[in-house]
Amino acid sequence: MEETIELEIFRYRPDQEDRPTFQTYEIPFRKDWVVLDAINYIKDQIDGTLSYRWSCRMGVCGSCGMMVNGVPKLTCATFLKDYYPDKIRVEPLAGFPVERDLVIVMDDFIHKLKEIKPWIIRREGEEKPIEEGEYLQSPAELAEYKQYSMCINCMLCYAACPVYALDNTFVGPAAIALAQRYNMDSRDQGREQREEIIASNEGIWECTFVGECSVACPKSVDPAGAIQRAKVGSTIDWYKDLLMPWGGKKR
Amino acid sequence: MVKSEVHKCDVVIVGGGGAGLRAAIAIGQTNPALKVALVSKVYPMRSHTVSAEGGAAAVTKENDSFDDHCMDTIGGSDWLADQDVVEFFVKQAPAEMIQLEHWGCPWSREPSGKIAVRPFGGMKIERTWYAADKTGFHMLHALYQTSLKYDNLINYDEWFATKILIENGRCQGVTALELRSGQLRVIAAKAVILCTGGAGRVFPFTTNGAIKTGDGMAMAYRVGVPLKDMEFVQYHPTGLPGTGILITEAARGEGGILVNKDGYRYLQDYDLGKPLDVNDPLHPVKKTMELGPRDRLSQAFMKELEKGRVLSGPYGEYVHLDLRHLGEKKIDKKIPFVRELSTKYAGIDPVYDPIPVRPVAHYFMGGVDTNIRTATRLPGLFAAGEVASVTINGANRLGSNSLTELLVFGAQSGQAATEFAIEHPDLDFTALEKQGADEQERITKNFIRKNGGYERVATLRQEMTKTMESGAGIYRSEKSLKETCDKLAELRDRFSNVMIEDRSLAFNTELTSALELDFMLDVAQAIAHSALARTESRGSHQRTDYPKRNDERFLSHSLVFRTDGAPRIEYKDVTITRWPPAERVYGR
Repeated sequence: MEETIELEIFRYRPDQEDRPTFQTYEIPFRKDWVVLDAINYIKDQIDGTLSYRWSCRMGVCGSCGMMVNGVPKLTCATFLKDYYPDKIRVEPLAGFPVERDLVIVMDDFIHKLKEIKPWIIRREGEEKPIEEGEYLQSPAELAEYKQYSMCINCMLCYAACPVYALDNTFVGPAAIALAQRYNMDSRDQGREQREEIIASNEGIWECTFVGECSVACPKSVDPAGAIQRAKVGSTIDWYKDLLMPWGGKKR
Repeated sequence: MVKSEVHKCDVVIVGGGGAGLRAAIAIGQTNPALKVALVSKVYPMRSHTVSAEGGAAAVTKENDSFDDHCMDTIGGSDWLADQDVVEFFVKQAPAEMIQLEHWGCPWSREPSGKIAVRPFGGMKIERTWYAADKTGFHMLHALYQTSLKYDNLINYDEWFATKILIENGRCQGVTALELRSGQLRVIAAKAVILCTGGAGRVFPFTTNGAIKTGDGMAMAYRVGVPLKDMEFVQYHPTGLPGTGILITEAARGEGGILVNKDGYRYLQDYDLGKPLDVNDPLHPVKKTMELGPRDRLSQAFMKELEKGRVLSGPYGEYVHLDLRHLGEKKIDKKIPFVRELSTKYAGIDPVYDPIPVRPVAHYFMGGVDTNIRTATRLPGLFAAGEVASVTINGANRLGSNSLTELLVFGAQSGQAATEFAIEHPDLDFTALEKQGADEQERITKNFIRKNGGYERVATLRQEMTKTMESGAGIYRSEKSLKETCDKLAELRDRFSNVMIEDRSLAFNTELTSALELDFMLDVAQAIAHSALARTESRGSHQRTDYPKRNDERFLSHSLVFRTDGAPRIEYKDVTITRWPPAERVYGR
């Protein structure tokens, strides 16, 4: 007999239902299937009304984050065999409003992304003309920020973050890590501009350093580490301002 | 009649991948007063540019030259690239790459701090810039993040474009479905740029993400703009069996080898040169063996398969990509994503075992017919990136030219559309609003409130991909193509009975899958009919019944036009400047 596995999936259609429900589907169990394969099977073969986001199915587009048995996961990289024969519960990422079924509303993150100014900022007149070629950057300088540039914006860290769950004004792990990515890039001179957001009440100081974000991160970006480094950087700036008001801010 | 909301802007860009973002930034830089709408069916950082791995080509080293890059590209294209366009592309490439460096792309570096380059298939000199093996990911995020600083750019994220709007003989915007509300809106614009990528999803086994369904190609095709060179579909030689996940060419650029079931480097049997020992300091030799072009490598696999010299597994036949001699350190430094993907999805750690691979549908050389300035024949409509055929890729694209193409022609389209928008300020809003209402009605009637449908989207889609593989894959013949054309006509017919069970307006992905399938059926027909008409073999288009290239008849681009019946095919000449057609030579 064919082996099967059950998926219990969160359903919510805002224009048709007052509250969410769970729907259980029994599907064939295959060892090499990921949770996303199972959901695609349901959509194609059983129930065309199930909605969710996905695209690359290779862990780089960041679309398919969901709660799998209460843990934020990229469903394209989460294998059924790690749960079999138990039932798997699939829900939208925690801490976000739900748009429909497994689709979360991520407007808040998109807004925060822009706020932290995630682009190279050069001081007035210090922009290098294209004709003069690239900015030199040693492999060591690249290594300084490379880890923080690996974020795929999958939102797993927000779903894992206990602070964001209570207070969504918190800038949050991925956005702070990205700010840090630019702050630490040898080509960038914009740290002070980002400091307004990062060192504000809603920024790094809200983080209680639980470290859940770094556990959840599928790309080893270590946002918790980024936040700690930002705290240290901010504190140094603060002391420099206090002790050397005439020119502590070099960057 | 329900009126549809009209959003007014100067330029609308459909698609938020590499080309679309580059176009948006080009307008932001030069004309910040213009209002630009970036319409994308996914958040821009989800776009498929994100999956590109190996790198982006631009002449960089002292011993390299524009002519060498031109020659590699033109030879690689089997002389079907337009040579004036290739020259323009090659000359623009370095500045575009440096620009992206200035925008923060984390390119891999030499110890001196200069940009590092790696060899790639079909390239005579190493000129591929890379960010380890997540080049597309880093390029896309650098572009997206940079685009956020331009306040004249308005993101319409998760808006699904359905139709190109024409009034007074020129393109004046698009209609798009706002996925959250399910409402259809008009986005009126003085110029439209299509940057929606390719359509790999018409094939069952593809490296392409789920979103690559040829939307822009089909939308242009439906308003009378021809698609060019659609018969040329690139199979990448190294995808993971089953999933089709791409294992980058950089794995071979760094020295990986392909072997058959006997451990034999079979490429030497297919006129791709003689292998050097993997420990020879000269290995890998450029434009030889594993660094031959993609079309030839994928075809060699099929020949090995015929000879019964490949391996077989639950997901069909495969060969081995062996990286073991590179060692753990080099693999982790240069191609860490290859290790991550192989380990996770194939259960193979390439440090210790060879990776199973087989050819997989990867890239469309063909697309919306444009000129060198990315303009289509419909005034006000532009196209750039994989959706377009401009054409630098001809019958076979060289690896690492496509990421550069996004930048060069993305920027070009932003400039060209800006000029057009400034010269054509007037829009007919009343007429556009009416068109929006008609489109809303079409979608309501044919899909979301349709009764009596009984064909499942997934069933029709699977039958389409199956017939594309069996009849229009790596090797084709009149017989196989005719069968595919017939099958596609049948599916087009059956599509009118498509069933939509989902009646909710909010984020209705059953509706969007149906609209995508509708687009894909058009694209699939364009491919199959173009392939049937080209009775020669060139680059990626291999006819078993016409195995030779025929320059006398077919040194020309196919143009396929949509009609109510079978598509109509015309041809136009290839532009030859300094490189007359010759034999493609690799490894000798």
